[in-house]
Amino acid sequence: MSGPSTYEPKTAFTRWLDSRLPIVRLGWDSFVDFPTPRNLNYWYTFGGILTVCLMIQIITGIVLAMHYVPHIDYAFASVERIDRDVNFGWLIRSIHAVGASMFFLAVYMHIFRGLYYGSYKAPREILWILGVVIYLLMMAAAFLGYVLPWGQMSFWGAMVITNLFGALPLIGEPLTQWLWGGFSVGNETLNRFFSLHYLIPFLIAGVVGLHIWALHVPGNNNPTGISVKTKADTLPFHPYYTVKDGFAIVVFLIIFAGFVFYAPDVLGHADNYIEADPMVTPAMIVPEWYLLPFYAILRAVPDKLGGVILMFAAIGVLFILPWLDTSKVRSMRYRPMARWFFAFFVVACLGLGWAGAELPDTKVPVLGALGVDFLLMGRVLTVYYFAYFLVIMPLLGFIEKPTARPASIEEAVLNGDKPAKAGPGAAPAAQPAE
Amino acid sequence: MKTVSRLLAAAAAVMLVAAPAALGAGKYRSPEQHAWSFDGPFGEFDRQAVQRGFQVYQEVCAACHGIKHLSIRHLGQPGGPFEEVEINGQLMRYDNPNDNPVVAAIAAQYTVADIDDIGEPIERPGRPADRFPYPYANEAQGRAANGGAYPPDLSVIVKARHYGANYIRSLLLGYDEEAPEDVDVRPGNYYNPYMPGMLIAMPPQLQEGMIEYADGTEATVEQMANDVTHFLAWAADPHMEARKSMGMMVMIYLFGLAILLYLSYRQVWSRVKH
Repeated sequence: MSGPSTYEPKTAFTRWLDSRLPIVRLGWDSFVDFPTPRNLNYWYTFGGILTVCLMIQIITGIVLAMHYVPHIDYAFASVERIDRDVNFGWLIRSIHAVGASMFFLAVYMHIFRGLYYGSYKAPREILWILGVVIYLLMMAAAFLGYVLPWGQMSFWGAMVITNLFGALPLIGEPLTQWLWGGFSVGNETLNRFFSLHYLIPFLIAGVVGLHIWALHVPGNNNPTGISVKTKADTLPFHPYYTVKDGFAIVVFLIIFAGFVFYAPDVLGHADNYIEADPMVTPAMIVPEWYLLPFYAILRAVPDKLGGVILMFAAIGVLFILPWLDTSKVRSMRYRPMARWFFAFFVVACLGLGWAGAELPDTKVPVLGALGVDFLLMGRVLTVYYFAYFLVIMPLLGFIEKPTARPASIEEAVLNGDKPAKAGPGAAPAAQPAE
Repeated sequence: MKTVSRLLAAAAAVMLVAAPAALGAGKYRSPEQHAWSFDGPFGEFDRQAVQRGFQVYQEVCAACHGIKHLSIRHLGQPGGPFEEVEINGQLMRYDNPNDNPVVAAIAAQYTVADIDDIGEPIERPGRPADRFPYPYANEAQGRAANGGAYPPDLSVIVKARHYGANYIRSLLLGYDEEAPEDVDVRPGNYYNPYMPGMLIAMPPQLQEGMIEYADGTEATVEQMANDVTHFLAWAADPHMEARKSMGMMVMIYLFGLAILLYLSYRQVWSRVKH
């Protein structure tokens, strides 16, 4: 952890424990005395929110697994039984299903925050990469979990996604059959998906541990992107950020509860209340909302293998982002051009999600008059998605002239958290933020 | 970040407005909106309507459509249509729906296949703990009895269709229009503008006065469609009332906690400039 430990065991027992397993010291240094930049805004509360999401999913999931039956003949009925007969089963399942969506909502906020404030840049590259690994594992867990109720979308979603691997040359077919455990999506597939769905959250918990470890070495980034220089730049994590995170978590839980109690099915698809039927293909197979942008990227390419490669590349590119961004300035607060490209990037991601939810040949409202359908919209936005990382980020570092930044976090705070005016104390624009 | 946030909020607003419009597009008709007693955060089921709807289901739908995820006892559970019943002029509640005489009487109307003590297959009168008997032994039998179409199970039908209860109601009432020229209605199919594809294998079922409601309500076609939809809405979401009332308590608690935490936050941060 950054800096020497300030923990002092006060009782004979804690002194005894500290010299054998300094676990209380670890907790103290990580979550009590941990020096945290004093200017973190509410966009920085999503880390804590995500921890709560993971715990909620694991606890509700363990209870659900006690009642769920991973068999194609009984899975759907067992989910109905959870909703009808298990004590508070309707509540636990609703929390788990809504929880998946809330988890992704929070992780997208967290990722976009990291993109805007340059939290992926040195010395936080490993921290960022571990985050992308968590995101990948989350997508796997969510996909596997969506298959378990064995509704129509479960079955056909599993069919579409597993068939993607069939696009690979030579190994495609044997690989797909190996994933299925048979010659089609069937009971063996459901069984292994249940097993893996139970495994992955614990992998996520493990990588989250590494993620927090990697966070606590350089410490938090902050909205100015300027590194912590003195103690005056920081506040102890507790009570300042425990109370701020706590407030944000409860506000988040209010939204969460709004869905759980008043619209438990609005984020899902009605077809998943129809039991899986391999003989009946739904009129439209769509993934859950949080995977729609990738679905749009997949469909943007006329070639199946090309689509699969591009879809995985959309996540793969995040791994190398720390080295694609050439700007010396972390925070886009001081990057007048990058912030606009970023805003359009967020709009592009939302637009890709929208394109993924529609049939490709449906005309886009308003733009439809110009002949724009969702396939074209998806293609244009896919190009922008990749251009943002592969062209704009590398070039901006050379083209853009950053605005003046405050000399320190403390100064930014004293100036009312606004970009400092050029003048005494302000860093010249060309100087690196570090 | 402020300009960016504003831009994003605007984009989100545009998408929220545009998405339902895009969903509504298509050939078949969006269902008619009906004011249900179970709408909204405080909405509850109308017990009388659910009871009448159950009667419609029993007398009209059950011949072809099962409700395999429901047990007969569910009728008497908290939130169910026979949770409170009148016995000898007195309103009674039963904590255990198996003790509910009205539910027991409904169960006894059914004949259930079972195995006796020496392993012989028998048929016996139903008990509240039994599932509702399914109309078919298997899917092939169901298809053979219905000209090739398999009548779907109705346990969760309201949750399994876009627009839920409004769709079911509109579908049941949507038979009285002539098919337009471009819709080819073949024998065994019926034109129904609310059905995706606009062709349905189910003939019109509800006819004026076809059943005699136990509570004396006039059995118009619309009344029966409303009631049976109300019953199916309960069947799909039997804990809706418990869910909404718990939600209210949770919301009050969370709002209180949020206020306390916000005040604590102000208090703690008042010590430092930020």
